Amino acid sequence: MTDDKLREELSRQGILATTFAELYNWGRKNSIWPLQFGLACCAIEMISASMARFDISRFGAEVFRPSPRQADLMIVAGTVTKKMAPQVVRLYDQMPEPKYVIAMGACAISGGPFKQGYNVLKGIDRYIPVDVHIPGCPPRPEALLDALMFLQDKIERQPLTGPGRPRHLDVSAPSEFPVPAFGAHDLVPTKNPALWQEPPLTRQD
Amino acid sequence: MRLSSYSFLVVFGLVATVFSVTPLALAWLWARAFSPRKSGPIKNAVYECGLEGKATGWLQFRPEYYLYGIVFLIFDVEAIFLLPFAVAFKGLSAAACAAMLIFIFLLVEGLVWAWAKGVLAWK
Repeated sequence: MTDDKLREELSRQGILATTFAELYNWGRKNSIWPLQFGLACCAIEMISASMARFDISRFGAEVFRPSPRQADLMIVAGTVTKKMAPQVVRLYDQMPEPKYVIAMGACAISGGPFKQGYNVLKGIDRYIPVDVHIPGCPPRPEALLDALMFLQDKIERQPLTGPGRPRHLDVSAPSEFPVPAFGAHDLVPTKNPALWQEPPLTRQD
Repeated sequence: MRLSSYSFLVVFGLVATVFSVTPLALAWLWARAFSPRKSGPIKNAVYECGLEGKATGWLQFRPEYYLYGIVFLIFDVEAIFLLPFAVAFKGLSAAACAAMLIFIFLLVEGLVWAWAKGVLAWK
């Protein structure tokens, strides 16, 4: 049933053929419930995206949950300070599988304009696996919707077995990511080496 | 078999039990078979606000709450009873009036006691 032309022909004749994986992914991608929390100004754009003008509910993601136990998607909307980073990682750990992360805005993906600040985390992808990065300061609500649709495409294309399968079907994938602690000068550890490594510096001279 | 007039209660209870337990049991079975096994101490933590629980929930509570209980009775419950009492005052029998006055007397006694104890003073 993976023959696309055959399925196209069948659907033209009024016969819907599908696979279990497609049905499963269809269900997953159309009910992505975000966790309701915002960290900085990007959250205002996120709120705007959930309201009538941009209407994130068109994509089945309007059900912002106040508890991580009921959420599928973490939208890291805003600057992650080092004070807040452990809480964000702990909330991510407490979300049930399958779960996804959208890092929204320049701050969440890299520290943004506050990158040089002593108390600003230079990207949440140092501690949790990010599915979609949205640049922008702040990104428009359309950008968030684009990221959501990108995530939906990503989910739709995921095979359920073999390499590239979702984390929750991979027994060897870790269930929790270590929560950083406050050290004397910085968060300890400063990154999760399994997720993020410093890009190699190349000097051109 | 003829049902007696009360046996519908038994049937009703049985139906209510089955109606409530079946979805829970199905959900449990579904979770046993299909839910991803990704568990851990952080995920199973009681707190879900991102912070860690600082201590156990088994601690002593201050007993001073009884004052709030008494003052709540005086100012809130009494007011609720006073309004219908005032509305129905003309039509009440002497016995009902006496019963209501006893009720008010008891609460006024509590008010006097609380006042004397200094509970109403703003600290």
